[in-house]
Amino acid sequence: MLAKRIIPCLDVKDGKTVKGVNFVNFRDAGDPVSLGRQYSEAGADELVYLDITASHEGRRTFIDLVSRVASNVSIPFTVGGGINSVADVETLLNAGADKVSINSSAIRRPDLIGDISRRFGAQVCVVAIDARFDGREWICYLNGGRIATDRRLMEWAYEAQERGAGEILFTSMDHDGVKTGFACEALAELGGRLSIPIIASGGAGAKEHFLDVFTRGRADAALAASIFHFNEIPIPELKRYLSDNNVPVRL
Amino acid sequence: MDVAIIKYNAGNNFSVQGALRRLGIEASVTDDPELIRKADKVIFPGVGEARTAMEYLTACGLDRVIRSLVQPVLGICIGQQLMCRHSEEGDVDCLGIFDAEVKRFRPTDAEFKVPHTGWNTISVVNDGGVVPSRFDGSYVYYVHSYYVPVNSCTDVLTDYIVPFSGAMHKGNFYSTQFHPEKSGGVGSDILKHFLDI
Repeated sequence: MLAKRIIPCLDVKDGKTVKGVNFVNFRDAGDPVSLGRQYSEAGADELVYLDITASHEGRRTFIDLVSRVASNVSIPFTVGGGINSVADVETLLNAGADKVSINSSAIRRPDLIGDISRRFGAQVCVVAIDARFDGREWICYLNGGRIATDRRLMEWAYEAQERGAGEILFTSMDHDGVKTGFACEALAELGGRLSIPIIASGGAGAKEHFLDVFTRGRADAALAASIFHFNEIPIPELKRYLSDNNVPVRL
Repeated sequence: MDVAIIKYNAGNNFSVQGALRRLGIEASVTDDPELIRKADKVIFPGVGEARTAMEYLTACGLDRVIRSLVQPVLGICIGQQLMCRHSEEGDVDCLGIFDAEVKRFRPTDAEFKVPHTGWNTISVVNDGGVVPSRFDGSYVYYVHSYYVPVNSCTDVLTDYIVPFSGAMHKGNFYSTQFHPEKSGGVGSDILKHFLDI
């Protein structure tokens, strides 16, 4: 039976892991390669590395990091941040990444989704969406949540799927960093509309939140950062809890 | 041991190279027919799209090279699919090593997402392939939208929408649909088993 996935996310800036609360105020959480290896050994199902460095030099550091992760970690990992072209994707896949996550660049140039998907296969192309609920609708944001767009979550996620995305990584900006649970209602609606896997992100603060997102939220995978980096919820304990509650997980 | 990883335009060569390095093997990533022919073991990996990949292989003559190999060859993921006769992905004729047609998953209900992405369990139905029976019931990592139906070469089954070929072999040609290089300790042991064939 296909297992629900637990995915620690590592935001990387200048070669180090960081994590924001509501996308600001970073706290340091260590070396990305050793952290990734520890997660793999603890039972993480995949890893996501997001490059939040803007500089050209930082980019080279990140590509070198991708190679080191590929040499040291035996589970799949996705990389994201600053990917604007098929050539960028090729560089990262050649460095050893398994999938790429595109966000702002996909909204700015939706053709990029199809370009990546046709060239490398849909499974390589994760479309990440940062969205915030405005009281009526979920509005998509660009540039790490700094710029609002005229895109709506449901229509954009569906369009991304039709253009060839292999997975949707949906981050609720309202829930991110505040540890009160995932955006389960929006996730369930997304799950009902899409035929590709959905990774839930933003809001994990307790084991119960994961159970909730896999049942009520219908998510295929759940992503979190700080609770894993600071070992607030050890992954083996989380997976045992999910298994005890009849969620299929890889133990 | 001399291990060659076939270099072509569908690349997760580095992932496979990294996995072999963790086993203490420094493999060469090459598209040189001579280096491929003289290797003890050949790995034909891939993350890609079937038509693009086949066009590239044909244009540079690697299709004939792969078919003519006599040492143990391991196709991974799209490698397995390209070793079949035909793929629905891009409606393209493939290498024809396995007499099977690659099909696209068609979900029967909304709970089945495509691509089939993540860790799923395997049933070993034939111990003679690249997956020893002690791994029966283990979780391995899959990510694919197309699958090889069960056929006479199938050694391992995974059930997702339909039972499909998780691993196959025919003569010196072995394959897995899952990614052993990404399947943690289980995958590492399976790669080691291939190197020991």
